[in-house]
Amino acid sequence: MGRKLLLEHINVPGINTFDVYRSKGGYASVEKALKTLTPDEVVEEVKKSGLRGRGGAGFPTGMKWSFLAKPEGVARYLVCNADESEPGTFKDRYLMTHIPHLLIEGMIVASYALGAKTSYIYVRGEMMPQIRILEKAIAEAKAKGFLGTNILGTGYDLELYVQPGGGAYICGEETALLESLEGKRGNPRIKPPFPAIAGLYGCPTVVNNVESIAAVVPIVNEGGEEYAKVGIGRSTGTKLISAGGNLKRPGVYEIELGVPVEEFIYGDEYCQGIANGKRLKAVVAGGSSVPILPANLILKTINNESRLMSYESLADGGFATGTMMGSGGFIAYDEDQCIVRNTWNFARFYHHESCGQCSPCREGTGWMEKVLHRLEYGHGKMIDMDLLVDVSKKIEGNTICPLGDAAAWPVASAIRHFRNEFEWHVTNAHEVTTRNYGLAHYADPLPLLEKAEA
Amino acid sequence: MLSVQETSAPVNFSPELITKFDDVVSRYPKGKQKSALLPILHLVQAEFGWVSPPAMDKVAAYLDIQPIEVYEVASFYTMYFLKPQGKYMLEVCRTGPCETVGASKIIDHVEQTLGVKEGDVTPDGLFSWRGVECLAACGYGPVLQIGPEYTFYENLTNESVDTLIADLRRKAGN
Repeated sequence: MGRKLLLEHINVPGINTFDVYRSKGGYASVEKALKTLTPDEVVEEVKKSGLRGRGGAGFPTGMKWSFLAKPEGVARYLVCNADESEPGTFKDRYLMTHIPHLLIEGMIVASYALGAKTSYIYVRGEMMPQIRILEKAIAEAKAKGFLGTNILGTGYDLELYVQPGGGAYICGEETALLESLEGKRGNPRIKPPFPAIAGLYGCPTVVNNVESIAAVVPIVNEGGEEYAKVGIGRSTGTKLISAGGNLKRPGVYEIELGVPVEEFIYGDEYCQGIANGKRLKAVVAGGSSVPILPANLILKTINNESRLMSYESLADGGFATGTMMGSGGFIAYDEDQCIVRNTWNFARFYHHESCGQCSPCREGTGWMEKVLHRLEYGHGKMIDMDLLVDVSKKIEGNTICPLGDAAAWPVASAIRHFRNEFEWHVTNAHEVTTRNYGLAHYADPLPLLEKAEA
Repeated sequence: MLSVQETSAPVNFSPELITKFDDVVSRYPKGKQKSALLPILHLVQAEFGWVSPPAMDKVAAYLDIQPIEVYEVASFYTMYFLKPQGKYMLEVCRTGPCETVGASKIIDHVEQTLGVKEGDVTPDGLFSWRGVECLAACGYGPVLQIGPEYTFYENLTNESVDTLIADLRRKAGN
């Protein structure tokens, strides 16, 4: 069993309430930080921990915090990004639903470290039940003296609010999130200036993912160096992985970074293999925006080493043979899944969710969706694959925010690894147009893993 | 296209609703009350079932911003209904992970059962449905949610959808 730093008490009855959470050692990091550490010392511990942003980008959290400008007389803000909308990713919803005080505790410590007197948790609007859970937890924490004025008699004041979004994937991008929090459309801002200089209301702001903020709790409790001992290499600590798709046991798992992918998919402790005795065809390892990998490449690197659940190992080989850790949204596809249909589905998602600000993304995602749609429904042409790669290249890197890249990578990688399946759709158009959704139609087992299910 | 009757129906915000607005505005620094726009639109929709133009105008007046600032926000985000919907809006996730476990078939079943196209309202005014993008419950698909409480239903089957719709009909007294 791997170490659990976030979800150790997740199955304790009543852990969503303050009293039970407290009885399990909850809020100890607030006491330790506010009473025995300076804000800079907390930042230093987070730096030592090697924690990388758990929202998808993987940028070192401590470094991000240290960039925060601290002009005199200007408010600073901490904003938690709980706008979880990346297809395949549902770890933050899980954490907020079952152990909301972990996030509240992390918010207090992080706000203290950053000198924020008001902090916001921007929660995806669709998560109304989670919003109610968090508001209740905040009220409990405030009643017990962990929020509000003069917290624990230390002289530190903090108000914490939950802000609901309005339904827009783009608001997971930090500057779009800030625009939305200011009551505007979620159009990403041009960077620089980065939020650390000019964020919410033009003030220095840090935006962190739910899981990143929750991870601050064990980091402060155990010390950054101890935290860094968990995991592998520069992928320190634990990571929440939300596993979905055709797995026998989907769900949210806390793993020590460095677990072999094969163990994660087939191990008893984790997903226990592919559902219904099917074979694994492909995996999207870090949410829909990261490149898809066929079964052979997700289990072994190009050098035939076991691929590990770590930032470095998943990316090994670049995008030709690797992928990314991303948000930890792990989607497994069995042999019956149609890659063309799946790619079209994701292209539709990104077209729908493009904010429309940048032409390459606004137009390009629409064209990709249209071309994939005609392929999926049996009206494709052989030139379509090259056309899709061309369009994806023209979107990638040419937009204000990474949504353009996120839209381009799934398409480009699907064609890279499953081109023959796209070609099959063209040459077998009649079968494609008459088949039912989700049924097997692709006979060539090239990307399939020869592993029988127990 | 909205009819004149729909757009011109007067809207009154009750004192209780205004109190809720005031509570939201108090969360932001002085002069930054526009931040309350999204939460207030949620409150308006929960109260009236949709955000009508007269309601948006009143929100603009309350927040001391231009009506266009409200329109552009309400039309950007997918959660705000700009025309009346059924009392229960069934939002079925149609994105990748749910699709791999049968979302398309659930959507077909919902459409057939309710007998109306996406975005339309059943004749009794009770139901609307639409496909929505990832609801962040990918391990438990197919999933759907129903506002304004956003109650959530996981691991859907045709049978569970039938039960759900029958329960809602019973709840509404039909």
